[in-house]
Amino acid sequence: MKSKKLSLPYIAWMLVFTMIPLVMIGITAFKDRQGNFSLEPFANAFGYSGVFFKSLWIALLSTLICLVLAYPLAYLLTRMKKSSQNLIQMLLMIPMWMNFLLRIYAWVILLQKNGPLDTALSLLGIHGTYIGNTGAVVVGMVYEYLPFMVLPIYTVMSKIDTGLIEAAQDLGSNGAQVFGRVIFPLSLPGVISGITMVFVPSASTFLVSQYLGGTDDIMIGDVIDKIFWTDSNTGSAISLVLMVFIFVFLVIMNLFGDEEAIA
Amino acid sequence: MEQTQKKVIVSLKDIFVRFDGEVILNHINLDIHEKEFVTILGPSGCGKTTTLRIIGGFVEPESGDVIFDGERINGLPPHKRHVNTVFQKYSLFPHLNVYDNVAFGLKLKKLPKDEIKKKVTKMLATVDLKGYEKRSIQKLSGGQQQRVAIARALVCDPDIILLDEPLGALDLKLRKSMQLELKEIQQQTEKTFIYVTHDQEEALTMSDRVVVMNNGVIEQTGTPEEVYNEPVNAFVADFIGEANILNGTMIDDCRIRILGKELECVDKGFGKNTPVDVVIRPEDIIIVPEENGQLIGTVESVTFKGVHYEMSIRVGKCEILVHSTRSAEPGKTVGMRVIPFNIQIMNKLLPIEDNTIETTVSYSSPDDNSFEFELEDETVTVEGHCYPEGSRLKIHLPFDALSIAGEGEGDLKDVYIESVVYKGEHNEIILESDSRKWLMLSDTDEQVATYVPLWFDFSKAVFEVLDSPETEEG
Repeated sequence: MKSKKLSLPYIAWMLVFTMIPLVMIGITAFKDRQGNFSLEPFANAFGYSGVFFKSLWIALLSTLICLVLAYPLAYLLTRMKKSSQNLIQMLLMIPMWMNFLLRIYAWVILLQKNGPLDTALSLLGIHGTYIGNTGAVVVGMVYEYLPFMVLPIYTVMSKIDTGLIEAAQDLGSNGAQVFGRVIFPLSLPGVISGITMVFVPSASTFLVSQYLGGTDDIMIGDVIDKIFWTDSNTGSAISLVLMVFIFVFLVIMNLFGDEEAIA
Repeated sequence: MEQTQKKVIVSLKDIFVRFDGEVILNHINLDIHEKEFVTILGPSGCGKTTTLRIIGGFVEPESGDVIFDGERINGLPPHKRHVNTVFQKYSLFPHLNVYDNVAFGLKLKKLPKDEIKKKVTKMLATVDLKGYEKRSIQKLSGGQQQRVAIARALVCDPDIILLDEPLGALDLKLRKSMQLELKEIQQQTEKTFIYVTHDQEEALTMSDRVVVMNNGVIEQTGTPEEVYNEPVNAFVADFIGEANILNGTMIDDCRIRILGKELECVDKGFGKNTPVDVVIRPEDIIIVPEENGQLIGTVESVTFKGVHYEMSIRVGKCEILVHSTRSAEPGKTVGMRVIPFNIQIMNKLLPIEDNTIETTVSYSSPDDNSFEFELEDETVTVEGHCYPEGSRLKIHLPFDALSIAGEGEGDLKDVYIESVVYKGEHNEIILESDSRKWLMLSDTDEQVATYVPLWFDFSKAVFEVLDSPETEEG
């Protein structure tokens, strides 16, 4: 009973600021500009399917690169001294104290013409700008979301009982086998939550591509951002479609997670 | 050993282990024979688990050799040793079911699938877990997890199974039945079992041989009967079973004086008028009418224990524990007899008459009537006495001049409590500091294997000047 009462503010908050807006978006998405029921917003939304798939592609790519970078880092982290672990965790967190936009600006400065990267590469005789392409967007996203991949994997890995590792060695596993048969399978829940925590926000992110990307690197988040003020119906429809995509993704990830727990 | 000479399968030679400057194993030697059930028994912190981990390959000794089947295996990683461990917390793989946990080692050996299946099924039947193959580990009870852990180790067909307090987490009833089961499995499979526990009863029930350890050394090795009936010292006697441990004097061969009375015993070779420790098990004391008693005392308390009565009988200042099937009234004066064979004589753990410090005065203050000396890198101040700087002194501190109860850091900061033995009147506590051992008396029970501060009461000390510096007198 007590716990129910304590959760009341949260329920009220969810109701007022999440559920009601969601319902409103759901209603708006099925209306035309005159306020009549219509599927026109969805027809408009499908006009953006190219942007849609590009966004999902960029998000997927960023997630994969994050995973490739984060997994070994998290693994090495668990094998370090406690003091080094804390230091590196700190280094991972410090950029997050800074505003999101500032971090993106920093990348703009780094990658732009006559920026540090350009200057450095000029010494080797290579000139150019490194901004305004999909690669730059992916770099920005990876930078943005890497901690969200490292931390869950690290947390799960550091909780793996050293007794299990000793047991595996005792039963005849060499280093690679200990990793493959014990550490890796047991770290999968961390990988799954890391993927979720990176993919979901990066699929719907905006501004990054506006600053770092080219004209055709526009992402669905930017489209929603732009279009909502002029055509809230289409904006709502796109949001709903994006939500469905993300929901399907989460369900798939969860299936993965459950299977791992059972198998 | 009088048993048929079995082959030595694993042998520890002069093993020395130190963690962070602290000595864990102090030059131990141990031979373990084929098909033997050996239990390493000792209080927590005595080094028993470390001994096991050395055999398993999880700890490397600083010096000394691990010989396995005639071959030195120092530095050989765990996965290359023909040894499997049943861990204290089982350490079962949570992401695998019962079958896959047990099959883990066999899969690594790359055995054919049907052979793995045959072996695992047979092993699960041996540990009474038929039909549990597909169960998840989390859905098993403690006893079942225990059995999976044993099956997982046994199925690999190692030469030795190491068991690190495997029954510690189970409740009493389950523990008892698992003890018998383990013994049965050991006899069935004819493997060498090395079992670590702090539970003396477990050790006596299951083992062919018991190794009693304390503070990084092996105190005694022998059959359960030997360690129980003929403990080599007060620590072993106290740790295994209940015992009356008393201070005595060996007058001559087969003559012992305890509690002011001269008794006959069967031990020889301790010399004349040697201070010794004497053990008499409570069940070996026979209550007789006062006039027939070798010892006479007053019954203080009687507790019914089912099979016998437990009585506390006071002889002078000393308390004697007696187990008898016949009860006596509290307050009654009774006589006690012990047959000579049941009086076990042991050398003293620490054969000293007092704690002696030989030192040089490092600072002298005649105004305060005090002086200082250095002891194990700490400065000790003595008040109420003054000797000139540079004097060589011998300070005799009686056992009751030492104390470990008090506030602050003490004269010596961290001394290790090596053993606490109740001698009927006081606890005799042996302490170990950096360079030596100390003996003190205490009425309170202290926790062995802990670190405490140590104080000296110099008002009880006797000072002996060995050498005075040349004083220039004008």
